[in-house]
Amino acid sequence: MSTTIASARRLHPWPVRVMHWTNAVAMIIMIGSGWGIYNDSVIFHFLHFPQWLRIGSWAAESLLWHFAAMWLLAINGLAYLTYGTLTGRLRERMLPIRLSELVHTVRDTLRFKIAHDDLTVYNAVQKLLYIVVILAGISQVISGLAIWKPIQFSWLISLFGEFQGGRLVHFLGMAVIVGFLAVHVALSLLVPSTLWAMLTGGPRLDKPRSRAV
Amino acid sequence: MLKSMFRPAKTPDASILDDHRPMIRSLERRGLIRGGLSLGALTMLTGCDISDSTSIGQALRAMSSFNDRVQAAIFDPNKLAPEYPASMVLKPPRFNAYYEIEDVKPVDGDRWRLELAGLIDNKQPWTRQQIAALPQREMIIRHICVEGWDYIGQWSGVPLRTFLQAVGADLTARYVAFKTADDYPSSIDMATALHPQTLLATSYAGETLTDPYGYPLRLRTSTKLGFKNPKWITAIEVTNTNPGGYWEKLGFNWQSSI
Repeated sequence: MSTTIASARRLHPWPVRVMHWTNAVAMIIMIGSGWGIYNDSVIFHFLHFPQWLRIGSWAAESLLWHFAAMWLLAINGLAYLTYGTLTGRLRERMLPIRLSELVHTVRDTLRFKIAHDDLTVYNAVQKLLYIVVILAGISQVISGLAIWKPIQFSWLISLFGEFQGGRLVHFLGMAVIVGFLAVHVALSLLVPSTLWAMLTGGPRLDKPRSRAV
Repeated sequence: MLKSMFRPAKTPDASILDDHRPMIRSLERRGLIRGGLSLGALTMLTGCDISDSTSIGQALRAMSSFNDRVQAAIFDPNKLAPEYPASMVLKPPRFNAYYEIEDVKPVDGDRWRLELAGLIDNKQPWTRQQIAALPQREMIIRHICVEGWDYIGQWSGVPLRTFLQAVGADLTARYVAFKTADDYPSSIDMATALHPQTLLATSYAGETLTDPYGYPLRLRTSTKLGFKNPKWITAIEVTNTNPGGYWEKLGFNWQSSI
């Protein structure tokens, strides 16, 4: 594969931006409707989601939303992973992660040194968070399929123990994604140029991006 | 139209529509304006109260029908649900209905008859004794509720396939519908009706069903969510028109296979 990527002249080429915002919409619908479904039989007795946070006025509506948006989420996610793999973007943006760099970035962040001098380079914490949230998204699709079809896909539900195990993993995956979202949205508001970049494409990548082989 | 106990005996005269056509038109126009307005207002709502009368509601219902077809395609008629040891059986089973357990109205088993309708050769009503004389099957399977809870139950009775064959039902028809004593209409696809783990259950954990759990006859299928298992069945119809069901009319997915 060529080391120069013709379609990636900007930090976020248009397919990435389209898929990012499609995913944002799909994720919000999945989370909000998931909270509506959860409330009918809670996993943790201290945790109920209030009506104003839910999508769907009751379980039937939440389920309708959830099982409609799942197609958007899964197809868009698959497109993103395919695109990211074929163009080499995933590997280029998120690897490698060095432990020393990770410690360094965490220390800086705790001292509120979170300025992004160069938007085109992700720091180690960013890379790790993106990898974790992508894996959580994949886990949501797998655990979601497993609890949707525990008989037809019994081999899938057996990965999680039994039905309630699958439900728990599906819940925890949501918690990871919501946690990521809180950090992701807060940081994008603190450094608005990153938010602008995801809308307009961001800085041009003038020099050809060479990949360390 | 087929004669059926599931439809009104006397259908309304179609000329009523002609008499009121202008009024219907104006109602449709008003609905369109209201729909457009509410779609705009929807963006300001977080509760998203959407019935099937709005365009978003209709789109969601259309997706649900699409999901019905996907689930029918996924369904493997030979795939058996896992069975469990008797030691894991919950006794008594968990009660669930659209009302509380105190409001269960017991059915008199001696006077009870199972009525038949639709695409069935022999529509003679059945007694409990006649049903008990058919070959029986037992299964210990997981019950999964659409709400998210589950338990393991031990059910026995006549496989629905055996019963449908015995009465000469058209097994190429698309749906099997149920009427119940608690006014909880329900229906399933023929593929599920013919699945070996779909029973007309008459006993639980080796004992005759008790009143709250559907005595004298209920459906128990291993491949659908709990709400697709009507209790206190009084009539069965084989049909090619999807008869829907109690919760399905309120928006729950019809197929609800697991």
